[in-house]
Amino acid sequence: MYAQLVETGAKRLKTLEEMSPEEREFQEKVDAETKIEPKNWMPEGYRKTLVRQISQHAHSEVVGMLPEGNWVTRAPTLKRKLQLMAKIQDEAGHGLYLYSAMETLGADRDEEIEKLHQGKAKYSSIFNYPTLNWADMGAVGWLVDGAAIVNQVVLQRTSYGPYSRAMVRICKEESFHQRQGYQILLDMMREGTEEQKAMVQDAINRLWWPALMMFGPHDDESPNSQQSMAWKIKRKSNDELRQMFIDQTIPQLEFLGCTAPDPDLKWNEETGHYDFGEINWQEFYDVLKGNGPCNRERINTRKKAIDEGAWVREAAVAYAKKQKQRAQAA
Amino acid sequence: MSEWRLYEVFVRSKHGLNHKHVGSVHASDAEMAMENARDLYTRRNEGVSIWVVPSDTITASASDEKEVLFDPSEDKIYRHASFYELPDEVGHM
Repeated sequence: MYAQLVETGAKRLKTLEEMSPEEREFQEKVDAETKIEPKNWMPEGYRKTLVRQISQHAHSEVVGMLPEGNWVTRAPTLKRKLQLMAKIQDEAGHGLYLYSAMETLGADRDEEIEKLHQGKAKYSSIFNYPTLNWADMGAVGWLVDGAAIVNQVVLQRTSYGPYSRAMVRICKEESFHQRQGYQILLDMMREGTEEQKAMVQDAINRLWWPALMMFGPHDDESPNSQQSMAWKIKRKSNDELRQMFIDQTIPQLEFLGCTAPDPDLKWNEETGHYDFGEINWQEFYDVLKGNGPCNRERINTRKKAIDEGAWVREAAVAYAKKQKQRAQAA
Repeated sequence: MSEWRLYEVFVRSKHGLNHKHVGSVHASDAEMAMENARDLYTRRNEGVSIWVVPSDTITASASDEKEVLFDPSEDKIYRHASFYELPDEVGHM
């Protein structure tokens, strides 16, 4: 997930003959599934694309904490509150693994975060939707983390070593997120009142389409997608991943006893996949441009956290300096 | 954060294996690096011991020297146990 419309700077793919000797050697390495490591030569476009994708991925983890943070003080039980805090702490961790991977490419963490705060860097469109009732915590874990897992499992095989290793670590932790989300919904459907059951269906109705948008636009003739696939940064196309997600999610949806807000959704015996309706792409692009329901609030919350924490960071630096001076004097 | 030093983190798991590199953290000093590493890399009992090492103190082999560096060991197949063939009657050795 988490990375949508990543610019590669490519207008079309180069053939092996058109490449410089260095580029050709690089491409052959990628084709042979040898991981690219930080000190290896790489085309500038590959490096830039990775910085864009990994930073976008990291920002998504960090901004992704906010819709859930909304429910920490409102969780229905202490158990649910602890689980939610553990999940949020994981998202912070995932953001850090990814920023570390990004820094191996020579990018600066503060600069990239500054771009996020200035509205110049993207993060996943999904986090610009509000979390209105407790069932949203279930639906976010199940659908949003579920969609992220589909994407991230494939990214474990991405060609850049540090990114791939971060993905392995993240995937290990992510299934806890999805299972705890699904269990919230199961509990509400099994033991809840009619009103609570209606909350579950309401959460699914609101989050269903935005979750499908997480995979990004259709695979058209997009040179970005083609270039990312050739570099094996991306391993599967947006539409393939979206279909995988739908196919594995519908039986879980039915088990809950809920429905998806899509009249065109039905099993296709011939293809062995579910058919589904068209996504509202206008909404997707609007949200990505900054006009979703919560874009401004998310960025303002991030900025506030950074600004109000500045004195803590300054104090830590001052303390470290003082300790060092003392040690030298002694 | 960029003015904070970068530390590489190594964790030893319960099973008595060597410390293994797991990633990096930024911190204002070694003590904070240790706390950050604990929070970031051992949230699920991943380890019993952590090392944090300032990244700029690590000397690494250069990737373009790979051949020069590792060539000498490539043609010494007699350093592997499988080089020595024993009759089946001898059994497992």
